[in-house]
Amino acid sequence: MIENQSSLAKINDLAFRIVDSDLFYSFSRNPIVVVSAVITFVFIIAATFAPWLAPHNPFDPASLDLMEASTPPVWLEDGMSKFMLGTDDQGRDILSTIMFGSRVSLIVGFSAVLFSVFVGVGSGLLAGYLGGWLDTVIMRLADVQLAIPAILIALMINGVVAILLPPQLQHEMAIYVLILAIGVSDWPRYARVTRGSVLVERNKEYVAAAQVIGVHPLFIMLRHVLPNIMGPVLVMATIGLALAIITEATLSFLGVGVPPTTPSLGTMIRVGNNYLFSGEWWITFFPCTALVTLVLAVNLMGDWLRDALNPKLR
Amino acid sequence: MNDDIKQGFEVKPLLEVRDLTKYFDVSKPWLTRILEKQPKQILKAVDGLSFEIGKGETFSLVGESGCGKSTIAKLVVGLQRPSNGEILFDGQDLNKAITSKDSNRIRRRWQMIFQDPFASLNPRWRVNDIISEPIRVFKLAKSKSEINDRVDKLLTQVGLSPADGNKFPHEFSGGQRQRISIARALSSEPEFLVCDEPTSALDVSVQAQILNLMKDLQRRLGLTYLFISHNLAVVYHVSDRIGVMYLGRLCEVATASDLFKNPQHPYTQLLLNTIPDMEMTGIKRDPVHGEVPNPIDPPSGCAFHPRCPLANDRCRKETPQLQKNAGSLIACHAVEEKRNV
Repeated sequence: MIENQSSLAKINDLAFRIVDSDLFYSFSRNPIVVVSAVITFVFIIAATFAPWLAPHNPFDPASLDLMEASTPPVWLEDGMSKFMLGTDDQGRDILSTIMFGSRVSLIVGFSAVLFSVFVGVGSGLLAGYLGGWLDTVIMRLADVQLAIPAILIALMINGVVAILLPPQLQHEMAIYVLILAIGVSDWPRYARVTRGSVLVERNKEYVAAAQVIGVHPLFIMLRHVLPNIMGPVLVMATIGLALAIITEATLSFLGVGVPPTTPSLGTMIRVGNNYLFSGEWWITFFPCTALVTLVLAVNLMGDWLRDALNPKLR
Repeated sequence: MNDDIKQGFEVKPLLEVRDLTKYFDVSKPWLTRILEKQPKQILKAVDGLSFEIGKGETFSLVGESGCGKSTIAKLVVGLQRPSNGEILFDGQDLNKAITSKDSNRIRRRWQMIFQDPFASLNPRWRVNDIISEPIRVFKLAKSKSEINDRVDKLLTQVGLSPADGNKFPHEFSGGQRQRISIARALSSEPEFLVCDEPTSALDVSVQAQILNLMKDLQRRLGLTYLFISHNLAVVYHVSDRIGVMYLGRLCEVATASDLFKNPQHPYTQLLLNTIPDMEMTGIKRDPVHGEVPNPIDPPSGCAFHPRCPLANDRCRKETPQLQKNAGSLIACHAVEEKRNV
């Protein structure tokens, strides 16, 4: 009982601290960010609960009827009330496909960002804190990769890994390969930002105080330095999420991302692109709108976070 | 080290520094250096320094900025390795001891207090965690409640309240932060504290509080201090003995009262003349001539000769060594030859 009360008090305390914080104040004062957050939240809910929320299941071939293919949205002539945003060339409901497609976009986006943050922050931390030849090797590697456009790196990794995999696994593993490709293509940015911040923190006296008592370097990096450099990394990760979603869409648009049987926003845009000039604009228009809205919302939040966490702008 | 500069401790000194040198390579990157045909550039931050600190004593190092004071602090606590020379802590070679497996046993015997109270406390840690870190690292307490008890006691000891432990460092003023810093340093129950300009970032009124706290703690816990400062008034207040440094070398080592009453080295005299004094109001002072030379390219012979009013040819050629002179140790040819009287 007492345990319960104290944990309740802790939650209360935490809630109070969140509502009381500068960050929350700046959040509530900024309508654009609130709208962006709501949009992102709606996307996440729609994607997570797509199997229950979506009016149709685009993965169920039994429910598809080719006679219903290329139905226009409901407010146009020939529109059907059960297909709000119309159907694509296979007779799949666009709205449902967008919901399932955002799933892939968000999963790939989040996982790829997590991957590159992990690799980038880890290598940046080591390079910045330990310095010496390790620093040179890691940072020159990052420089070399930064010289090549990220999308090309992702394309190359995607291609190479896909070839290395046995054919029967290719479709199954496609999404993981995509995460790896996008994650690897983006780590140098995190490594550079992390290293820069670590170089500043490393020379502060609280690090020296830990060194004097012989704290293990790994512990100093993770418990002392890391919490103090997470601000800029967090901001980059938010903006990086939007970038990763775009990269995924681009790769899928180019036809090297997820297989055509798994609808992602990029695949839908590519399929619809073929019908654009024959008048079925809705097949590509709605996925495009969804993609732009999601990326814009995430980007605006990242921009706000950067300003909100910047003490000079407070 | 020759017997001349032994200060004649009856008991073994706690810290012995012998011919300590620390060189930093500040040359440009290798390729640039080759292309521009420049030699390697070595900065001699500490150049052959020897001193001893007895148990329970406060030994101060003073000097202008850039003379190597802070480097010595870092060398003495093992944050940096010396290029040459020895540091003996309680008779053991310090740099061998801290790399050995059993290093925790000796490491806990010294601690450091830093200059900037705004940088020396991790802003993301609660004060409790900051103070208890040495206790946890050295495993000095068995249980969580024992750690908490010790932290509460330490906070009270430095004049804060145990309730302050739950706060973050940014909720405190500079003086209070320095108290937290001292509490952290004391938490491993050290014998020896290295204080690198502990008061220079504080207001004058707060400086006095911190210095009195440090003196009080020294009396109660029998601490030994290596005190580093550029502020002569502070040094006079806290020190038993004082070493005056110039460009990585000691030029005079004397007890505090001797040094302030009867400074012998021309550089010490120059330093003491710069202290503002009520009696000097309106009287024209001798302006200090010259600047501290570049330690990458120090002057030949005695490093002080370009600014010294007593310099002669010998000073320009021969580096003076510390020698006993009327109870103090002086490194000056002019004093040795009695040219100063």
